[in-house]
Amino acid sequence: MLNLRLERREVTPEIELIATIVAILLAFVIAAFIFLIYGINPLYAYAQIFGTVRKAHRLGEIITKLIPLLLCGIGLTIAFKANTWNIGAEGQLLIGAILATWVALFLSVPEFTRLPLMFLLGFVGGAAWAFIPAVLKSKLGTNEVITTLMMNYIAACFVDYLIYGPWKGAEEWGFPYTNKFPISAWLPTIPKTRIHWPTLIIALVSAVLLYFLLTKTTIGFELRVAGQDERVARYAGISVEKAIILAMIISGGLAGIAGVGEVAGVHHRLRYASSISSGYGYAGIIVALLARNNPILSIITAFFLAILFVGGDAIQVSMGLPFGVVNIFNGIILACLLTSEFLAKYKISWR
Amino acid sequence: METVVEMKGITKRFPGVVANDHVDFDLKPGEIHALLGENGAGKTTLMNILYGLYRPDEGKIFVRGEEVKIRSPKDAMELGIARVPQFPETVDNLSVAENLALLLPGKILRKNKIQSMIKELAERYGLELDVDAMVYELSMGEKQRLELIKALCRGAEILILDEPTTVLTPSEVESLFQVLRRMKEEGKSIVFVSHKLEEVFAIADRITVLRRGKKIATVPAKEITKLELAKLMVGRPVTFELKKEPVVFGEEVLKVNNLRVLDDRGLLAVKGVSFSIRAGEIFGIAGVAGNGQRELVEAITGLRRVEDGEVVILGKDVTNKSSADIIKLGVAHIPDDRRVGAVLTLSVMDNLMLKNYTNFSKNGILDLRKARELAEKLIEKYKIVTPNVNVPVQQLSGGNIARLILARETSGECKLLIAFHPTFGLDVAATEEIRKLLLELRRKGVAILLVSEDLEEIMQLSDRIAVMYRGTFMGIVDSEKAKVEEIGLMMGGVKPET
Amino acid sequence: MEWVTDLLTMMISAGTPLLLATLGEIYAERSGILNLGVEGMMAVGAVTAFGITLVTGNPLLGFLLATLTGCLLACVHAFLSISIRSNQVISGLALSMLGLGISSLAGRRLIGTPLPVTIRKIPVPLLSDIPVIGAFFNQDPVTYTSYVLVVLLWFILFKTKLGVIIRACGENPQAVHAAGIDVYLIRYLCTLIGGALAGLGGAYLSVVYTPTWIEGMTAGQGWIAIALVIFAVWNPIYATVGAYLFGGIRILQYRLQPLGISVPLLKTLPYVCTIVVLVVASSGKFRKRIGAPAALTIPFEK
Ligand SMILES: Nc1ncnc2c1ncn2[C@@H]1O[C@H](COP(=O)(O)OP(=O)(O)O)[C@@H](O)[C@H]1O
Ligand SMILES: [Mg+2]
Repeated sequence: MLNLRLERREVTPEIELIATIVAILLAFVIAAFIFLIYGINPLYAYAQIFGTVRKAHRLGEIITKLIPLLLCGIGLTIAFKANTWNIGAEGQLLIGAILATWVALFLSVPEFTRLPLMFLLGFVGGAAWAFIPAVLKSKLGTNEVITTLMMNYIAACFVDYLIYGPWKGAEEWGFPYTNKFPISAWLPTIPKTRIHWPTLIIALVSAVLLYFLLTKTTIGFELRVAGQDERVARYAGISVEKAIILAMIISGGLAGIAGVGEVAGVHHRLRYASSISSGYGYAGIIVALLARNNPILSIITAFFLAILFVGGDAIQVSMGLPFGVVNIFNGIILACLLTSEFLAKYKISWR
Repeated sequence: METVVEMKGITKRFPGVVANDHVDFDLKPGEIHALLGENGAGKTTLMNILYGLYRPDEGKIFVRGEEVKIRSPKDAMELGIARVPQFPETVDNLSVAENLALLLPGKILRKNKIQSMIKELAERYGLELDVDAMVYELSMGEKQRLELIKALCRGAEILILDEPTTVLTPSEVESLFQVLRRMKEEGKSIVFVSHKLEEVFAIADRITVLRRGKKIATVPAKEITKLELAKLMVGRPVTFELKKEPVVFGEEVLKVNNLRVLDDRGLLAVKGVSFSIRAGEIFGIAGVAGNGQRELVEAITGLRRVEDGEVVILGKDVTNKSSADIIKLGVAHIPDDRRVGAVLTLSVMDNLMLKNYTNFSKNGILDLRKARELAEKLIEKYKIVTPNVNVPVQQLSGGNIARLILARETSGECKLLIAFHPTFGLDVAATEEIRKLLLELRRKGVAILLVSEDLEEIMQLSDRIAVMYRGTFMGIVDSEKAKVEEIGLMMGGVKPET
Repeated sequence: MEWVTDLLTMMISAGTPLLLATLGEIYAERSGILNLGVEGMMAVGAVTAFGITLVTGNPLLGFLLATLTGCLLACVHAFLSISIRSNQVISGLALSMLGLGISSLAGRRLIGTPLPVTIRKIPVPLLSDIPVIGAFFNQDPVTYTSYVLVVLLWFILFKTKLGVIIRACGENPQAVHAAGIDVYLIRYLCTLIGGALAGLGGAYLSVVYTPTWIEGMTAGQGWIAIALVIFAVWNPIYATVGAYLFGGIRILQYRLQPLGISVPLLKTLPYVCTIVVLVVASSGKFRKRIGAPAALTIPFEK
């Protein structure tokens, strides 16, 4: 093969930053070619996607989308730190949404406790959904990538079951929606936007807390050791099982909260799975990886992905492209990230 | 033709070390040329260059008088060069026949052919092996025989053996030497890599000494004495005299009773082993790798399930207790593989607090300043060479990682130390330091279980010696009365006559 | 007896896309490369085959190009995970996303258009009349091809030197390299075989099984295929059992509908079964006997 000579070098945060930016730029160049192949002018498409940043009310939309992306993303940083490939944030989010809906519509509690209870049960639901694959992985070694993914499909089917079946709203003219939530189950928003600020605050605070957890606590230490090297962890008396389960519970719980935010803050009802989440759980993977599993940096990367998501909506409307096109960017960004990481890690020369 | 192989001015740099520094080496037809040097001297690197696994930064290689570029093992094979690696590189989940098929021509698997080939080699050299056996069922010695057959099956004329005796019992070594002599008679040229003086004298025609990547000398074996050679190899006069003071043993610290443990494949690896160690005693376990030592150590330290029997530490039954519980009793453990003793991607500080991080925490929050202070203290005390406490451990040299593990394990309250190959792969100076440290701990009243393949190390340090063979102890002898020959025989499965 | 034969006939057909994808992934994993991008490669294969068949009216060309695009996508994974030693999980996920994205972009104008041609079943004379067994011989040409592939791939893997090399690459690439064989080449080859067969499996879905284009029509079958590799203990012969079993589950979904069970709930059946299968395959006794290739997901550095 090629006569390349690779030499490892130390990767500094500056190099990582450059690598990340290069990866994103490269991704847009490559995606442009794919657009061209399918007869779409990439420059026009990009103008549509990024034209959105400037307009003020679109900024509101971006922040709105940032909320679930950030919640999923920071949860995943913890899971990935523990070397657990949670691909199931999407499903965990949906379960959170389902439980929030149940509290909103079917539970009789004092009205002022309704929203807190929705968040609580949303967290518990997402965590429980993540707990199953976590236990299977830690006790039996079952591949968590596939189990978490399968549970996404199951969660989505379950949402469909509820909205077509038992929870189908009476006032919705036959549409597969639940009834609208009572106002007491609506999250307050920043005026003129859809930014449900309580969830935003939860997300931002969680990001800081998780950073603290990872770097400054014994639990974080155990998590890092267990995630870096299972054998050494066992040798040091650190329970890998506990680390996996804990990381998954946090990760799933936060995704569940994202689900609560979507139904209580944006939709105010349960509807199609693909309307509740346009792939926030999957995009959360990119949020975490671009941020190098750093919960605080995830705020920036979640913002970037939120731009992309709003852009995806825009090209759907103005160019008639399916929203799934966003996946092209997701995939290429990841691939470019891997490539640029390689370039950062090795000095390459011909020989 | 004067030489079959000539390597001139070979230089190879790795990050931080010059593994080969303008080394010259030549091999004559029909000779056994020993490449002697301490661990880390650069022997394997030089031979990997000849076998096309590494490419030299500088230097030229001539084979049968012609300059060649050896870019891959394929090139080496085409030049008639074969290699027996330091540790068997067999594919354990395939059968012997399939392992050999990797090297043989033909597209379809034909077991008959392979069988007849082995038969021929068996007749010529006495190398026998069951072609149907799965490689994971083989002992280390048998795996090495497979490597030898792999090297021979293509009719190589130039043979590299990289420390071939490490995994062999003394009697297996003798039969290997017979094979080598027969090959020499047939006119094959052999490079015999070793760091053991005795072996080199027993087999070599010429000897080349490497030290810290540099070639020191090439001498005919007949014209040099062992002492001179040792001096060349180490670079200073060697006095291997460790002072082992007599100590009074204290209470019984570890007691192992009729222990039975399975290996990864679910086969019985430890078959009813019993012994006990008292405070201040070093109990050595000798034996060739793969005879159940790893499983025994892992069972004692809580890393592997005990099927039957019991482990008692300081009067407490810890059979099948978690490793965390056992660590809490003051059991330190130096694993044989340094990658198990340290997380290579985490920092020096993280690794130094790997086992006692809870000591630095208040309500689950780590006091990182205190941890750093302690780490810096340990770095100084144990002479760990590192730029600072924050660099990942993978940037440290092997010797420094070994010291780091030792520092962490022995600096705290330690009642029982389990040292598994503690000096593996280290050079003479580092080895000596670590052995001294073990004796120091012994004086302080720590009970030490020393597992090692290095017979010399075991003889030097231990108070009592057990020899492990196929999961059982062949016997336990007092080190004062023990004879090397006797232990050697036991390593090969021969019970002592008493 | 008749209904058994009918059921089996349907199970085989429904299981064929899974079988093809599983066979491909077996080869990739046997060589040490975990490719989680099967779903994406299937989706792209499906949309390619459908589009080409629609435009040219030539399903053969459709299949061919689907296979090629599967290969092309697998190339991305091969480059990332073999040449530049990236994390195979991330790379595979990237591939999945990319594939799904491309399929929705490429298929945006194909939705709802029927195919001008249909691939008919061609019963093998005499053989197809045998009760039960006959189910295997009352199929379409692609399914027949898949039988040949099963036997061929099994033979190569276990009876030829190439097969030994592939398995050795997945167990101990260092040994293969030291034997003078190019590990990268073998791993590339196997990853591409994986891509080709996943593409073919996708093509079968959109051209033969349900000859329409629906966005997301692979519906997780690529992931199920990856689970089936474990279930099949990395053996092409056993892959048939898993694939037809899941084909059966698919049939069951339709059969249970008239009983009044909610459709979305029935849809969870294959996913739940996948988890169950994985748990069984990874639990105790089963795992001890045979595990994943030892070097799976570990990049090889010369
Ligand atoms: N692949 C490698 N990468 C980095 N350093 C290496 C590598 N191989 C060997 N070294 C270093 O080169 C030196 C010589 O090693 P080696 O040739 O294995 O010695 P020997 O075989 O004589 O024990 C050692 O310091 C070792 O750490
Ligand atoms: Mg060596």
